[in-house]
Amino acid sequence: MVRIFVDNKQHEIEAGQNLLAACLSLGFDLPYFCWHPALHSVGACRQCAVKQFRDEHDTRGRIVMACMTPAGEGVRISIDDPEARAFRAGVIELMMLNHPHDCPVCDEGGECHLQDMTVMTGHSRRRYRGKKRTFHNQDLGPFVNHEMNRCIQCYRCVRFYRDYAGGSDLGAFSLRSQVYFGRHESGVLESEFSGNLAEVCPTGVFTDKSLKRHYTRKWDMQTAPSVCMHCALGCNIIPGSRYGSLRRISNRFNGQVNGYFLCDRGRFGYEFVNSARRLRRPLLRKAGGAPAPVSAAAALRRLRGIIAGCRGIVGIGSPRASLEANYALRRLAGPDRFVSGVSDGGQRLARLAVRILQTGPARSVPPGDIHKSDAVLVLGEDVTNFAPMLDLALRQSVRQRPLRDAAGAIPPWDDTASRGAVQQRRGPLFIATPAAARLDAIATAAWRAAPAEIARLGFMVASLLDQDAPAAAGQGAEERTLAAAIANALEEAERPLVISGAGLGSEAVLEAAANVAWALAESGRPAGLCLTLPEANSMGAALMEGGPLSLAVEAVESGEADTVVILENDLYRRAEPSIVNRLFKARHVIAIDSLDNSTTERASVVLPAATFAESDGTLVNSEGRAQRYFKVMPPLGDVMESWRWLAGITPAAEAAWQTIDDVIGDLEKELPVFTGAGLAAPGADFRIGGQKVARQARSYSGRTAMSANLSVNEPQSPADRDSPLAFSMEGFQGQPPPPLIPRYWEPGWNSAQALNKFQEEVGGPLRGGDPGKRLIEPARRRPHYFQQAPGPFSRSAGRWLLVPLYHIFGSEELSVFSPGIRQLAPSPYLALSPSDAAGLNITAGGLVELQTPAGFIRLPVRLIDALPAGVAGVPVCLPGLEGIVSPGIFAGINAVSEGAGGA
Amino acid sequence: MEMETPLTMNIRPGRRPPDIAAYEKNGGYRAVRKALKGMAPAEVTGAVKDAGLKGRGGAGFDAGQKWSFVPMGEDAPHPKYLVVNADEMEPGAFKDRLLLEGDPHQLVEGAILAAYAVQAEVAFVFLRWEYRLAARQLKQAVAEAYSRGLLGRNIIGSGFSLDLYLHISGGRYICGEETGLLNAIEGKRANPRSKPPYPQTSGLWGKPTVVNNVETICNIPHIVNNGAGWFKGLSRSAEGGTKIYGASGRVRSPGAWELPMGTTLKEVLEEHAGGMQEGYSLRGLLPGGASTDFLTPAHLDVKMDFGSVEAAGSRLGTGTIIVLDDRSCPVGMVLNLERFFARESCGWCTPCWGGLQFIVQLLGDIEAGRGRMEDIDMLASLAGMLAPGHTYCALAPGAAEPLASALRFFREDFERHVHQKRCPWKHA
Repeated sequence: MVRIFVDNKQHEIEAGQNLLAACLSLGFDLPYFCWHPALHSVGACRQCAVKQFRDEHDTRGRIVMACMTPAGEGVRISIDDPEARAFRAGVIELMMLNHPHDCPVCDEGGECHLQDMTVMTGHSRRRYRGKKRTFHNQDLGPFVNHEMNRCIQCYRCVRFYRDYAGGSDLGAFSLRSQVYFGRHESGVLESEFSGNLAEVCPTGVFTDKSLKRHYTRKWDMQTAPSVCMHCALGCNIIPGSRYGSLRRISNRFNGQVNGYFLCDRGRFGYEFVNSARRLRRPLLRKAGGAPAPVSAAAALRRLRGIIAGCRGIVGIGSPRASLEANYALRRLAGPDRFVSGVSDGGQRLARLAVRILQTGPARSVPPGDIHKSDAVLVLGEDVTNFAPMLDLALRQSVRQRPLRDAAGAIPPWDDTASRGAVQQRRGPLFIATPAAARLDAIATAAWRAAPAEIARLGFMVASLLDQDAPAAAGQGAEERTLAAAIANALEEAERPLVISGAGLGSEAVLEAAANVAWALAESGRPAGLCLTLPEANSMGAALMEGGPLSLAVEAVESGEADTVVILENDLYRRAEPSIVNRLFKARHVIAIDSLDNSTTERASVVLPAATFAESDGTLVNSEGRAQRYFKVMPPLGDVMESWRWLAGITPAAEAAWQTIDDVIGDLEKELPVFTGAGLAAPGADFRIGGQKVARQARSYSGRTAMSANLSVNEPQSPADRDSPLAFSMEGFQGQPPPPLIPRYWEPGWNSAQALNKFQEEVGGPLRGGDPGKRLIEPARRRPHYFQQAPGPFSRSAGRWLLVPLYHIFGSEELSVFSPGIRQLAPSPYLALSPSDAAGLNITAGGLVELQTPAGFIRLPVRLIDALPAGVAGVPVCLPGLEGIVSPGIFAGINAVSEGAGGA
Repeated sequence: MEMETPLTMNIRPGRRPPDIAAYEKNGGYRAVRKALKGMAPAEVTGAVKDAGLKGRGGAGFDAGQKWSFVPMGEDAPHPKYLVVNADEMEPGAFKDRLLLEGDPHQLVEGAILAAYAVQAEVAFVFLRWEYRLAARQLKQAVAEAYSRGLLGRNIIGSGFSLDLYLHISGGRYICGEETGLLNAIEGKRANPRSKPPYPQTSGLWGKPTVVNNVETICNIPHIVNNGAGWFKGLSRSAEGGTKIYGASGRVRSPGAWELPMGTTLKEVLEEHAGGMQEGYSLRGLLPGGASTDFLTPAHLDVKMDFGSVEAAGSRLGTGTIIVLDDRSCPVGMVLNLERFFARESCGWCTPCWGGLQFIVQLLGDIEAGRGRMEDIDMLASLAGMLAPGHTYCALAPGAAEPLASALRFFREDFERHVHQKRCPWKHA
């Protein structure tokens, strides 16, 4: 701790900060632009000027930039000094030279940092009479809107996009007061994190283009804390809604998970909620007939009849449904007839991941800590496309080692100096995957191999770290050298990390990853493990220990069960149609889902489920962290939360489960692994000063007018039994406990940067702790290493090992219903190595026929240079390829037409 | 006794510069042989420190002291770099051009010595891109030095190795800023860097780097050869050595001259530049290039060394004087300068890109007869905003100096523009 003096008052602060961060943490309103808590100081905007004094006798002082000045012991500054105030107002005046007066038509208006800072400095009158500089804007693709005339040259966009996120297609061009931030020409931004520009930009240059299509001011949005549904990392989000539709997703800070940023799938995948394919009414389908919409009451009556009279129920759960919904189904069907709802292979992988984390000594690392790792081994995962925010974290992690080496005279917050010292040097990051990965460019070594070889590499690394860990016999010299380099880097690291997961579909790779992390732990290293899983609640579903899908088929075919209840699950994405079709032999197939899909199309009863935006629930992310999401808007019409539909047809539950707390409470009692999951957020009866937390801002407009076309009487705001949040502007408007923060706002701070005010120290955890409750901790005991390394990969003549390839835009089920995501999703293809393609007499773009258990599919060929011979890549789950193949099988490929060449 | 002119002794106007044979015949590369064979690096640094050689790029920082901040010894990071700043782009400055075109081997020799002193293994000459002739001469000189074993591995058998590269600038003023220059060499935007850290500890590619001006480097061989005492004896002031002064504007014979440090303004202008042209009288002058404060005829006795010019309220800068005569409009002159600075602002910090845009607009309005009285105060307050420390680098404070001093010395001229609603120097 050090003492600093601000306007002659003494404050105690953590040592090692800069004055701006220190002043903001102390609660002072000091304006800034170029500084960002994750991007640190560069001293460009000169907005945070304060007066610094040598000592208490110095009366003259001198202007310094707070962000570039160390807050050392005894530092004495004045924020209030008239000269400093005038300077700050002067800087704003200069920012405003070229800034258009278009706030009323600007999407940033009302949550604009530039507006806030302008008001803060008191600048209010234009003295500049010259022309403003103007620019042409660019079309940057479906996510980000570009309006360069508003630019104030703070450089945050390029610093985020290039320096932080590793993008290269957004740059600063030209100079003086005409710096242009854009691409070399119009075109879709290449970074998977481009949407963060909308929050990083302090004004309206980069804004959310999806919001623009159904624009609503921040203050008119009804918001609630929520969790992203589009991968298993569980990034925290704040969705905003108006008139019953979802308008946008903004970041919700969680230092343990996603920090300040989101990936583009997470930010722009939300529009499935507004999709025309939404199921809005219950449907009853007579055999062979068209579906008939019925009321919720009629549907429930019919269902209660079915349940009462059925011979047996099989419940098929879902990794994209909440714990509560899955558990409700488990209660309805019974533990023995509850099925996880993933492919059998997927289930084995998820279970294995759970076992590794529960029984081994390696800790599952919070996603928010991954950026601190100083040596990383990625076994088998294309994280950029499978768990995108890991990509962003790893881009920071490779800087840890060189930053440490460069430390000394350079304070960590001095970003220009740090980057100048670090340059292109990177710490160890080893990537072993079958196909080229985006992160290869920053990797120490990127190794291309078939899954078995990747697993063998892992076994070898583990055996080098701990002699007790089994080796893989018969490795080549190249692999031995690589394994030694990896082992060495991990061993030398202060925070080594192994990343693997379910993406590649190989249990051997997961086992190898576990062995590496365990061997590190055995040698006394703080070994971290990050195992990725495919869906938002994959971990929760795995922990619930449902049976495999085959169990459901057997139960139906043996006649043990004649009723199948499918929860939020399009089974045709999970298994071959021939298998799923067998389920439909049951007398009744009841599907509960939010979007029309291949499964709901065949179900005899369809119940319209609320999406994440209209329901509450708990998800367990791949780290093992239980997190609660809350309704952003009430479900409309007959739409209900899945657990409520299920409670309505479960005789024992109907009366017992009044709120979601009752469901999670029962779950915790029945399955102890979930103990604490209910603590992820305060319960429904939580109040602050007797009040619920308001989902609407104080300035929410149109309350009495919104539905005046229907009735001039102001409707009562919808009740919310399940949470301490209210669909109203009435209620608590201050800072609630972190899991309940519905928006970031403080007087004078209307932009996302109001977040500063919700942290004890800017950049640190939320006041009260980052949300979420970890359910899995490592076992403190010697690991039982996986003993069996796979044999070397050998290709079989005329057959190819199919490996899954993922696409951030396209591979995930729900987000492809967002127009922007759909636009960027590639069309189906089959990836081959150039030599294999040549062997088939085919060039890029040529058609091949892939023989899978599901049948024959024709696909155009894409050549991937580094793909190992004998391995073919299948872009799983792309629109048009859902559920076609299970990874890990060998399949025949025949050339159909040669292709045009090139491409 | 005739004045010694070590820097320019080989330079013959209108003639090709000496090739390596001629240069060596005149005593060239003697200092390299002396230092690399017989002096420890610290001794070279010591000699330069003792000589009190002040950086000739404009800031006047002690060159030997600058070198002494470079980490030395076995643990020092490598490679280390020496960069010769030959990006002479300050309006009114042309002294380095004289040295580059006239005696390129002198620069190469100085660079070898400086690199040896800080044990740098790579040197760059960062050259203004318009200096095409200098580029040709330098390329030739470097090739000759390599062929004689004066550059490259194991120079003259001393065990010291140095590679020297000529890097031709992209052509922006800001590239001449010490750290903007480093970013430019690295292939990045030529935005300056914040200091600390200083280039001596974290410079090119994060490695220890010394950046010296051409004229500074050209002094090194002579200091090594002749010693600190001799060097100090060259000058007429407390600061040692000679200085290349220049003069432009309506003087009889504009040019550049190597004179003892501390020669008075009057002597430079009257004896060497030949006084004002017929029909013109001296109104004011910028003593050290475009980014220095105006001085007036009252300052003619000021000695042209760093300390004396600073005491007079300006800076020696590059030592190249720009003369304002009584038949030129001071507002127009300042507008012209500010347009340059505004155009060349890198666009990094707000007071610079914004302040200069505003200043140019106000000066433009005043010069065009659209000015208002309050504009003059606004200009003064903007000049105040561009003070050292307020901005990221020295470009904006440099731009503020002629403006602030013009407002001080020529305020009535600004006011006449506003009152008459036109420039009084322009014919109606």
